[in-house]
Amino acid sequence: MSALLEVSGLCTQYVSARGTRVTRAVDDVSFTLEAGRTLGIVGESGSGKTTLALTLMRLLPPAARIAGGSVRFGGEELLTKPDGEMRAIRGKRLAMILQDPMASLNPLFTVGDQIAETLRAHEATPRRAAWTRARELLAAVNIAAPARRVGEYPHQLSGGMRQRVVGAIAISCGPQLLIADEPTTSLDVTIQAQYLKLLGDIQRARGLAMIFITHNLGIVARMCDQVAVMYAGRLVETGPVRSIFNEPAHPYTRALIESIPKFGDAAERLTAIEGQPPDPAALPPGCAFHPRCPYVIDRCRAEAPPESHLSPQHRTRCWVAAPAAVGAARG
Amino acid sequence: MNGSRAASLTVAWRFAALRVEGFPWIPTAILSTIALVAIFANVLAPYNPEVGVLGDRFRPPAWQAGGSEAHLLGTDHVGRDVLSRLIFGARVSMVVGFTAVIVAGILGTTLGILSGYLGGWVDQVIMRVTDTWLALPALTFAIFLAAVVGPSEMNIVIILGAVYWTRYARVIRGEVLSLRERDFVRLAIVAGCSKKTIMRRHILPNVLNSAIVLGTLMLGVVIVTEAALSFLGVGVPPPKPAWGLMLADGKKGLMAGYWWLTVLPGLCIMLMVLSANLLGDWLRVKLDPQLRQL
Amino acid sequence: MKRFIVKRLGYAILSLLLLSLTIFLFVRLTGDPAVLLVEPGASKEDLAAIHAQLGLDRPLWVQYGQFMSSLLRGDLGNSFYYRTPVLDLYLSRLPYSLLLAAAAMVFSLLVGIPSGILAAVRVNRWWDSAGKLFALLGLSLPSFWVGLVMILFFSVYLGWLPSSGSGSALHVIMPAFALGWYFAAAHMRLTRSSMLEVLGSEYVKLARLKGLPEALVIGKHAFKNALIPVLTLAGINLVIMVNVAVVVETVFAWPGVGRLLYEGIAFRDFPVVQATVLIGGAMIVVVNFFVDILYAVIDPRIRYER
Repeated sequence: MSALLEVSGLCTQYVSARGTRVTRAVDDVSFTLEAGRTLGIVGESGSGKTTLALTLMRLLPPAARIAGGSVRFGGEELLTKPDGEMRAIRGKRLAMILQDPMASLNPLFTVGDQIAETLRAHEATPRRAAWTRARELLAAVNIAAPARRVGEYPHQLSGGMRQRVVGAIAISCGPQLLIADEPTTSLDVTIQAQYLKLLGDIQRARGLAMIFITHNLGIVARMCDQVAVMYAGRLVETGPVRSIFNEPAHPYTRALIESIPKFGDAAERLTAIEGQPPDPAALPPGCAFHPRCPYVIDRCRAEAPPESHLSPQHRTRCWVAAPAAVGAARG
Repeated sequence: MNGSRAASLTVAWRFAALRVEGFPWIPTAILSTIALVAIFANVLAPYNPEVGVLGDRFRPPAWQAGGSEAHLLGTDHVGRDVLSRLIFGARVSMVVGFTAVIVAGILGTTLGILSGYLGGWVDQVIMRVTDTWLALPALTFAIFLAAVVGPSEMNIVIILGAVYWTRYARVIRGEVLSLRERDFVRLAIVAGCSKKTIMRRHILPNVLNSAIVLGTLMLGVVIVTEAALSFLGVGVPPPKPAWGLMLADGKKGLMAGYWWLTVLPGLCIMLMVLSANLLGDWLRVKLDPQLRQL
Repeated sequence: MKRFIVKRLGYAILSLLLLSLTIFLFVRLTGDPAVLLVEPGASKEDLAAIHAQLGLDRPLWVQYGQFMSSLLRGDLGNSFYYRTPVLDLYLSRLPYSLLLAAAAMVFSLLVGIPSGILAAVRVNRWWDSAGKLFALLGLSLPSFWVGLVMILFFSVYLGWLPSSGSGSALHVIMPAFALGWYFAAAHMRLTRSSMLEVLGSEYVKLARLKGLPEALVIGKHAFKNALIPVLTLAGINLVIMVNVAVVVETVFAWPGVGRLLYEGIAFRDFPVVQATVLIGGAMIVVVNFFVDILYAVIDPRIRYER
């Protein structure tokens, strides 16, 4: 049985206005996702996570272009689809939640209107039926008094409620895959747990596959089956969540896990990763992480490591973790 | 980095930045030509612009029937040579335009710096006045002032300065507000510099960029307003050859089809204003990306 | 909301006071105000009489009080030329100016908004460059020159349109175009930048992510949000138009308040000049106030934030 989503060798680049500078925002990214499972994509800001999500949705800004690779969703190749067909998929089979719910909702239209319009656009639901469905969806995301809320404007709802509305919009047409780009980052800490639980419940109830983009490993540990760690546009490690947490191979992954403050730790200092993420337009040669890597060897500075398997499910790009890796070096 | 170093770096950078592509050659050439024409008007103009031969009125330009090579661009309603009037008009426009812009600039920048840096009631007063004066359209205000003090070339410059300083004050004040928080200003305060010194040596050089850009953009506006004032009769007084005045005179011959008296001065105004605007736009983008919001 | 209204009202009143003070001070402090406030060609005795009548020897603040109390009673002086109260004169001409301004506004919005939207949607392509050129020309061509050239073309050469007066609908076409020209460019610029900002917003992004047809994204989500600043500006511009129509009304002999101002200057009829500027300025302050309130009504966020 083929996976729901198969991404291989995906490359997305940003080209500067005069065509002189090419920034590789997403570089040779490959992963698969089965129906009903959750993949967590972890990385610092600037690592290319959001660009990756937008590439999957085929909604990149004009300055960006997809330079290669393939994205197969439900057996169909998305990258070559004409715009009209892609639009039919977006919002219906493939949905996305953005980070800031206040900004994602149009302040001039009611919450109900914004849910209903998705239904009317994709399923040609007549007006009244769409409003009824909107009310039901608000209830499905645990918003109290949905009949009243449906006619309210975004600014009348709290942050947590708004993000639930965004969630309701996303699931309204019964998608197979939901991409959530840092959905809890703008929420209060107390609300975050509630929201994550909601997402989990929805996923189980509807058999949704999810891609969870975050910089927070705690969320990953809780929500995800698989993890992909992204650095400077490349996936430096992918694998089942247990393997990644118990036996992290890549030094970056290790550093990320070590930097999580653990309750009851004897040591009192937080370990941060030294240095800064690299400028995507001016990546260091060889492995992009080498300037910050505590295990760096000469080879890291010269050649970028290719992906190699540590186990059937667990892959990494690292000369130190997988010295016998074979493959053409890419600069 | 102390303020004066920042200032000299700004000056150097200002000129270095000019050496970039996209430089608006044509507008600058046009403006320079107009400036040169204005300076050498005495030499270039074939006739005295203020004296005309009544027998020679309403001659069309040389290429039309009835025109003559003696008057390449024709004559006006009292027989004055249009070409000469246009040439001397350039001088009037340039002088009035530049001076008014500089007066408004000095006044506006000073008040903007005072308002932004000193804050408190000084700021409140200046800002309230600025807001109110900005609400009143410049043309109306200028007409009123001209009616009160009487029109003359000198008065017009003062009036335009009094009307347009508010544009500078608003923008400069905004810049000063953010400059105030910068380290080199803080260091100067800690070092015990007086407020006057800080404003003069640290703040002023750093807002000059914006002032210059604003000045270029204002040049076009000022010239159009001056033309309107002259057209209405409260600008530069006759018989001085201001382009706006020529348009007013030209109206007299309009219904008879004497097109050159209307079209030609207007074209001159348009060329000058267009060039000033293009140059100002380019300067704005190159010198201070923050001002792109203008 | 109430607090918002009260605060704005306070600002408006303060501005009105400052406006009247400015006008008052400029008249009283430059030269001999009596000369202005008396008919041209008056004798020395007339001047002395005015001095006494207006109390020009009293302290300034007393004079200002007198000035303000007459203002608030609606007494703006009498026109020397027409020998009628200026306020009545102004009000009789105002409808014409409003008509002209309305026509010019319609023109400027009909041209400005669609071209602004097109320029934003087709940003940096041909339409956008054409739009930028149009915006530049709008700024650089004085409105009265546009009017004069139009008269030359449409009245003198083609004979299609009347060159002056206000008799029929035909009479309003050219003045409205000349007056609206500058504002069409201004509205286009604002629509374009507002649209660009909205097109880059998160909610438009989400609308696209929802798979809505592009026409709906632009026509529903982007359009309404982008229009708010434009309509706000348009409201204020309407009143500004009434004020700056001086030159256009003069060129076309359109009997509005602009023409009245011109007559005031031409006939050295100072009460007319003073009153026109004062009322014009006051109108702008008042309209600014109402537009601010309206803005808060249209955009629900502002109501609750302020």
